Formats: sequence, C-alpha cells, structure tokens
Amino acid sequence: MTSDSDPSGQSPKDLDDFGQKLKKARESEETRRLWKSNVNKAPNSALGLAFRVSVELVSAVAVGFAIGWGLDWLLGTGPWLMVVFIILGFAAGVLNVYRMAVGMNNAIGYSEKDDASTTDKVE
Amino acid sequence: MAEGQSPLAQFEIKTLVPIEIGGIDASFTNSSLFMVLTVITVSLFLIGGMRRSSMVPGRWQSMAELSYVFIANMVKDNVGSEGRPYFPFIFTIFMFILVGNFWGMMPYSFTFTSHIAVTFAMAFFVFIGVTLIAIAKHKLHFLTFFMPPGVPMVMAPLLVPIEIISYLSRPISLSVRLFANMLAGHTLLKVFAGFIISLGVAAGWLPFVFVVALTGLEFVIAFLQAFVFAILTCLYLNDALHLH
Repeated sequence: MTSDSDPSGQSPKDLDDFGQKLKKARESEETRRLWKSNVNKAPNSALGLAFRVSVELVSAVAVGFAIGWGLDWLLGTGPWLMVVFIILGFAAGVLNVYRMAVGMNNAIGYSEKDDASTTDKVE
Repeated sequence: MAEGQSPLAQFEIKTLVPIEIGGIDASFTNSSLFMVLTVITVSLFLIGGMRRSSMVPGRWQSMAELSYVFIANMVKDNVGSEGRPYFPFIFTIFMFILVGNFWGMMPYSFTFTSHIAVTFAMAFFVFIGVTLIAIAKHKLHFLTFFMPPGVPMVMAPLLVPIEIISYLSRPISLSVRLFANMLAGHTLLKVFAGFIISLGVAAGWLPFVFVVALTGLEFVIAFLQAFVFAILTCLYLNDALHLH
C-alpha cells in the first residue's frame, strides 16, 4: 500500500484498507499463536522457578499446620492432628509442585486447560 | 545504620490522617494514599484514553485499548465465554496491581503491594468469590472437585484432605507470590543503592550498574506479577465454572 497520503487527510478508502488489513492480521492463526506463546510464557529463570516451587510447597504445609493446630485446639487432642495435617500438607504441597511442573511452559506454572497443556508438552 | 536508612524503612506504614471508628484504627496511611493515587491514575488513564474514541486510535487510546484487549483475551483464552461476566473484576484487579506496582517504582513512593495484608486481602476475596461461584453453579456437585475422577474409593480418606489443603493453599500462594516479589525486589534495590554510597567513587560504579539493571528487572516483575495474579484468578475461575 502506498503511504504517501498525509495522515491528517486519510481518505475513506485508506481507512477501509487499513481496517481490512487489521482484521486479517488479528484473525490470522500465526498472530494468535505468537500472542499466546509470548503471553503465557514467562522468562524462565532458575531463581523464579525455585521461588515458585518453594511458595507452592510452603503454603500447603502452612495450611496443613493451621488446620491441624486449629482442630487440636478445638478437640483437645494434643499435638496429634497437627502432626497428621502437616504430613498431609506436605503431600498437598508436593501435589501443587507436581501440577506446576506439568504446566512448566506456562507463565504461572499451571496448565491453563487440559488441551492447551498437552499441546504445550508436544512443542 | 542510622534510623530511617534501613533498606526496610521504605515499607513502614505512616499515619497521615488518624481516624478511629469504634475502637478500630482506620487511619488514612501512606498505604491508603498510594491506593487512592492508583485508583485515580487508572481512572484518568482509561477515561482519558476513551474521551475521544476515534476509529484510528491515538497513542493514549491505543494504550487503553491494549490493556483492555490484553485482559479480554486472557479471560477468553483461560475461562471461555462463561468468563465474560467476570471480566470487569479481573480487569480491575489487574490494573490496580499493575499501576500500584508502577507507583511503587517511583522514588520516595510507597509500594502497597509489598504488604501481605493488602495482597492477602485481594487473594482472599478472589478465593471466596470463586468458591461461592462454584457452589452457586454446581451446588453439591462442587464437592467432587476434591475427589479426582477415576480414583478408587479406598483412597478417598487420604486424597480428599490433601485436595482440600491444596485448594486452601491457593490464596496463600497467590498472595505470597506478589508480596514476596515486591518486598524482595525493593529491598534488593535499596541494599545495592546503599552500597553505591559506601563504596564511593572507587568501586561505587559496580553496584550502580547493578541498580540500573535491577530497576529494569523490577519493571518487568511489576508487570509480570500483576499478570500472574490476574491469570491465576482466571484459572481459578475456570476451575470453578468447569470443575476439572
């Protein structure tokens, strides 16, 4: 397309052309794929990864501890429920980390949807 | 180190206008001030951008539209068409965190996202909201969320508590992620900036280079963490609407 017309005096034809080009660019599969892969992919630094893993693990253990401690306080069952729930919390943390590892290609670490995660793994 | 020069002094809450309602300290603090500034900035940015909505957008309008389309696509890709009603909420939370983080990058400003109280409050409301949506949509069927399909009944007593703990840990990991990233980044900046002065002209340029690089990195993190918060909200919403 010639771009010698000055921007202030754009003819409707130019605008139509532009609109069509824009529409085509937006709809093309290439753009969508590029957009998606750029958007959902984080700069995968080792530090960021370590941080994500530790947060997932520790938060689950913390929740397990809180539940166990609370139940112990309610039922007066000594330290036992706390012990049990810390172990369960650890298991939940490992589960969280596993889920994160499955969606490793994603920015946030979770697979967004089942179909998306499988296509990501193939790449 | 002298008082007020600690790398953590920047996170101190200072009361600007003391307010007390029924014995509860509800003072207007520097944290509140920057939240208000953030809301004003976002409003100005979006309303100003849309003031003269023309077909071929100018720079400002482009930016406003870009942020809209960015989140709209995120909701569409991650939640699907059922996510439409929740778009305003996700857009709001994204803009609030993003602009709050950027306000925090200004020298002498206050980063409210570096406080767990703020991030946890947001994550907690997301969590409660998403859970209520799931219960409203699926009623008792919601409970199958904690029982992965295809698991033998014998495993249920072990797996259900684990799934419940995993579910409850969501708001914690969501809030800790944002809060810890902002806290760590801003502290690191301050520490390195302190080295510049103490090392003087001789070797001060080395931490200075670091600070320049870290500032760039902080801008990336400011965006990335807002993005992560928004997309995780989308994913939780997707779980709530579709259950596995």
